[in-house]
Amino acid sequence: MKILFKLCTAALVSVAIAGTAQAQDKRIALVVKALGIGFFEAAAKGGEEAAAEIGGVEVIYTGPTDTTAEGQIEVINSLIAQKVDAIAVSANDQDALVPTLKKAMQRGIKVISWDSGVAPDGRMLHLNPSSNALIGNMIIKLAADHLPDGGDVAVLSASATATNQNIWIEEMGKVQDQYKGINVVATVYGDDLADKSYREAEGLMKTHADLKAIIAPSTVAIVAASQAVSDAGKTGEINVTGLGLPSEMAGHIESGASKSFAIWNPIDLGYSAVMLANSLIDGAEAGPGAELDMGRMGTLTLDDNSEGAMSDPFVYDESNIDDFKDIF
Amino acid sequence: MIKRLLTSRELILAVAILALIALIALKFPAFIETSNLLDAFNDTSPLIILALGQMVVILTRCIDLSVAANLALTGMIVAMINTQFPAVPVPLLIIVAIIAGSLMGALNGLLTWKLDIPPIVVTLGTMTIFRGLVFVLSEGQWINAHEMSASFKAFPRNEFLNLPVLSWFAIIIALLVIVMVSRTSLGRAFYAVGGNPNAAVYAGIDVGRTQFLAFTISGALAGLTGYLWVSRYAVAYVDIAGGFELDVVAACVIGGISIAGGVGTVAGAFLGAIFLGVIKNALPVIGISPFAQLAISGAAIIIAVAFNASYRNTKGRLILKHDEAVNG
Repeated sequence: MKILFKLCTAALVSVAIAGTAQAQDKRIALVVKALGIGFFEAAAKGGEEAAAEIGGVEVIYTGPTDTTAEGQIEVINSLIAQKVDAIAVSANDQDALVPTLKKAMQRGIKVISWDSGVAPDGRMLHLNPSSNALIGNMIIKLAADHLPDGGDVAVLSASATATNQNIWIEEMGKVQDQYKGINVVATVYGDDLADKSYREAEGLMKTHADLKAIIAPSTVAIVAASQAVSDAGKTGEINVTGLGLPSEMAGHIESGASKSFAIWNPIDLGYSAVMLANSLIDGAEAGPGAELDMGRMGTLTLDDNSEGAMSDPFVYDESNIDDFKDIF
Repeated sequence: MIKRLLTSRELILAVAILALIALIALKFPAFIETSNLLDAFNDTSPLIILALGQMVVILTRCIDLSVAANLALTGMIVAMINTQFPAVPVPLLIIVAIIAGSLMGALNGLLTWKLDIPPIVVTLGTMTIFRGLVFVLSEGQWINAHEMSASFKAFPRNEFLNLPVLSWFAIIIALLVIVMVSRTSLGRAFYAVGGNPNAAVYAGIDVGRTQFLAFTISGALAGLTGYLWVSRYAVAYVDIAGGFELDVVAACVIGGISIAGGVGTVAGAFLGAIFLGVIKNALPVIGISPFAQLAISGAAIIIAVAFNASYRNTKGRLILKHDEAVNG
């Protein structure tokens, strides 16, 4: 009887302890551009994973119902009222959120932005999914990985004046020498139009008889080039790769026109955002040159704007495409 | 007779196309291989179909700038039907596309006819409305290759007598339009309305109604092209065929269809489209800088128009003046 009583008390005490622990949980809000978007649902999954790994962290996944800055301001105001410990936001507007987020920081809430950034005044750090250098390296690596003996590759970009693509292609050029035997024979432009990209891909196949891969760092071009390669009956001979979205590329991975492609992984991004927010709550200092822990994603090094790049773009191929094609 | 044939615009255009092909072959000999020329023709087929519809509209002194947006909207509609109800057979989808396209064309026609708004204003407006509707309908999402059924994608690629179905559509529609403009009273009415609207009224032709029918035909062909386009490139999104209406008008102008109405032939529109198609297919293989490509396309159009303008002076038979000259 006594033993039973002791057991009961122990149980009660442990419940009470668990209860107080609950109250002291760190609460990290993951604010997204809008609810119901596959990409952000996946990021929330990553956030939960980080919370489980850290322990004692509650992730509040929230956002407006449509992608407006006003909606996000309302959500953030209510989070301030709830006295959360940290806010990690993917912003609908770079500047509009700054005053509200400043208010949050004045109340001692740690604020970071991820995916889509906030101006430096309105956050302590910004987490980029990747960096131009990492993307430039990745697109040529994707082609090289399937060409152990080397070969001719060509780049099919968006328009000749597209800033992002030009930077990535330039970064690719810097690391090209590290991939022995890979010759970049041409760079052509599809203007982000499906029909023009398709024609340019056909042109590449006709003018370069030994072409082994087409690198398309544009979501329109990679889809159009994959279709052109399938239609020309060169599946398996020419590999289309570059940057694409799993939902748009699933059919072309299945057909074999594209062996692999890359883009950020939203799960990793949500995971890293929660990890970083947790580090800040635990007292880590954000600022130029700071190095912060991101758990399994390694460390984030901040530049002069307090921005950092998470990792290489994530590679999608037939082994994982089915897990992601319904997400984004 | 021989002199008229030799100086006919169509013949000169045909010679210009052959000269152009010969010129391209000097730089890239594989261009004149039969398979390549057939590929180029297949690639130009959507432009031919749209140019034939546009020709009918321009003959009646109107212009249809909404064709590309009509194409995008119909393409999205059939793609969405296909993903929701994969069992719906392709011929039925083609009928749906033609009906949807005709309705959009009829809307242009009604606004021009009943409200007497200038066609360029009407179709500029509907162009934006149709694009907007694609966005509303799709919520900005893409419909991708793996979501479309295999038969949906295969239809325009199926070969019949060594020519893809897409090419056959262009040929058959060209023949139908020849019959319509030369063997039906409606076809004659198009020329009458554009040539001299006042005289057409005296001849008992309803100008507004004729223009309405011209817009409906153009819309129907744009709708049909919507299906062919989406299935060929295996992707449907808001911006497909962006700016393509200008290519369509350019093809007509190059083909000698007078913007002032009343002058033009099916052969002209057909060859005008081929001329543009040859340029579009040649530019990727002859290695011209992307910045020069646009200038070259533009220059070709200006030269053709200048050429047509110089032709205008010798146009028509002045019966009365001739009589006066003889009598006087």
